[in-house]
Amino acid sequence: MPDKRIRVLIAKPGLDGHDRGAKVIARALRDAGMEVIYTGLRQTPEMIASAAVQEDVNVIGLSILSGAHNTICPQLMKLLREKGMDDVTVLVGGIIPEADIPALKQSGIAEIFLPGTSTQAIIDFIQKKYAA
Amino acid sequence: MSDSTKAKTLAPATSISPERKPSSEEKSWETNILAPALAKAPERQKQFTTLSGHPIRRLYTDADLTNWDSKTQLAHPGEPPYTRGIHATMHRGRLWTMRQFAGFGTAEDTNERFRYLLAHGQTGLSTAFDLPTLMGYDSDHPLSEGEVGKCGVAISSLADMEVLFDRIPLSEVTTSMTINSPAPVIWAMYLAVAEKQGADWKQIAGTLQNDILKEYIAQKEYIYPPEPSMRLVIDTFEFAVKHTPKFNPISISGYHIREAGSTAIQELAFTLRDGMEYVEWALRRGMQIDDFAPQLSFFFNAHSDFFEEIAKYRAARRIWFKAVSERYGAKNPRTWALRFHSQTAGCSLTAQQPFNNVVRTALQALSAVLGGTQSLHTNSLDEAWALPTEFAATIALRTQQIIAHETGVTNTVDPLGGSYFVEALTNEVEAGAWDYIRKIDAMGGMVAAIERSYPQREIAEASYRYQLALDKKEKIMVGVNDFVSDERPLEILQIDETVAHRQHVRLKKLRADRSQSEVDRALLVLKRAAETYNASTASSNGHLSHENLMPHIYSAVKAYATLGEICDAMRTVFGTYEETAIT
Repeated sequence: MPDKRIRVLIAKPGLDGHDRGAKVIARALRDAGMEVIYTGLRQTPEMIASAAVQEDVNVIGLSILSGAHNTICPQLMKLLREKGMDDVTVLVGGIIPEADIPALKQSGIAEIFLPGTSTQAIIDFIQKKYAA
Repeated sequence: MSDSTKAKTLAPATSISPERKPSSEEKSWETNILAPALAKAPERQKQFTTLSGHPIRRLYTDADLTNWDSKTQLAHPGEPPYTRGIHATMHRGRLWTMRQFAGFGTAEDTNERFRYLLAHGQTGLSTAFDLPTLMGYDSDHPLSEGEVGKCGVAISSLADMEVLFDRIPLSEVTTSMTINSPAPVIWAMYLAVAEKQGADWKQIAGTLQNDILKEYIAQKEYIYPPEPSMRLVIDTFEFAVKHTPKFNPISISGYHIREAGSTAIQELAFTLRDGMEYVEWALRRGMQIDDFAPQLSFFFNAHSDFFEEIAKYRAARRIWFKAVSERYGAKNPRTWALRFHSQTAGCSLTAQQPFNNVVRTALQALSAVLGGTQSLHTNSLDEAWALPTEFAATIALRTQQIIAHETGVTNTVDPLGGSYFVEALTNEVEAGAWDYIRKIDAMGGMVAAIERSYPQREIAEASYRYQLALDKKEKIMVGVNDFVSDERPLEILQIDETVAHRQHVRLKKLRADRSQSEVDRALLVLKRAAETYNASTASSNGHLSHENLMPHIYSAVKAYATLGEICDAMRTVFGTYEETAIT
């Protein structure tokens, strides 16, 4: 029987090395029964898009704390479209000013999780989206 | 005192122990007062723990200090083991340095903020660099896109550094610089500005963070592999001892370890074991402990669990004294005394109801002051959203001034000394840290422990445990998982892409105006010197011998080689580091 688990790529784009959040989320999603691949640090949008294709993931979770989201997110969304990965759900977690949220959603980011979000809220969001 | 009795009296005491022997008065209190009270009204929780999950007893009494000797474990301020502080008069003599970390945008933007903070009573500078600078990339490198000037100030060359410290006399102000892998380069830029201003290197004072070990452990802003990185750190030690006796070439940092989710004990243990690792590498270089170790400084997190933090600072001084005197035979009291900077916990701040952060920060700062800090940064209320606005940064500075001048806590030295609870907790935190330190010793030291991801894994475990405790509401964050309410969004500082554009223009001009042949020559000399090192060239006495790179980095900086060019020269020789990602 094929593995029906939701496949998630947790990625840490940009130069920032603060990976506490990325690692906590990776572990929480794994404990919730998802198949989680963590890219490690300093991934360019190209690297993330390629990993998403290669791993054939349902969800990409980006952890961004550095303020580079307005540059990184649109680049990644464009690359995903070019690679035919339109159906992948892209989530962002981190420090995102509220004023930037509408434009990020416009670019195709499905949801943005701000500091203080419980891991359960993220698990619920993903599971609802991929409920059989 | 003979060596064996000394070792015995200095051994860490543990007080949560099965052999705790309460006095007959305490037993009678338990029977006659406590038991009926508990029968009538049970306590709110089955178990009480610190923020780090360390168990806390209902009541501490003399029974918790039976193995504790006030003469050897407490002593007096300014004398070993420095539990009560490193100076005889502590904050009665001199207040801690109020050192607010600042940096954003271009060098002009940050220079303006620096001069604003100095004008408002700040007593030392502290520089935050942007991510490209921290990673050794120029502002116009492709990987810098979107990151220029965002998390700190963009510094790509000496020309930027000259602007950063324009109209700030480096002979009068002390400066801390939060820079690690590229620390020798940024320090060389600072020294070049000092020289241009006519400041005497022997007199200038400040601190370079330069703590690469905690980068591998926690913050992950590393460039080169551990061995050449450690070489560069020891090069700065040598250079500092010789040329800048008042400058701390390193700030051995627990701050980032704690921010990554460690417990207080892990923060303490990993930081002090890092300190020992640097000492051991410097000794292997042939340096003498009492020549360089007085210039080592430390940096701790001031987190939210008030007494646990105070115990941590007190235990830190005790551990360092024991380590340098017993392990390395230090004889100089300036080597024995652990000096530290502290910063309130960024990770404790909430994006929700951000004005509550002023209160958190004030209480955290108070713990650092009561723990005997030498300098302090208080976070701004908006830092869960962005770098601070001037408004928020001013309140943060005022918080320190209120503690210093209104609360009265500076009137006496170590007011908590002798408290059953504080002394017992200090003992426990110390004992817990020594357990970790001995484990890392057994692995062959901190570099070896890092290579097998030991501290990284311990921190990830602790951080996950804490997140689960929050999710289950076993630990409460006000405004986040309890006491939630609606609020208005905050006005925050936005850094736009014009900063990157201004940096691109400036770098283009720099590259056009400088002597390229001079730059090429300086970089070539640096590369040759970098190549002189490999472990197999250890000399017969076991000391690692190679050329100190600081003078060559300084020459390259003076020729206006950029940060990226200098770091690239070393990248080609040393290679770069990739960690094994653990989740």
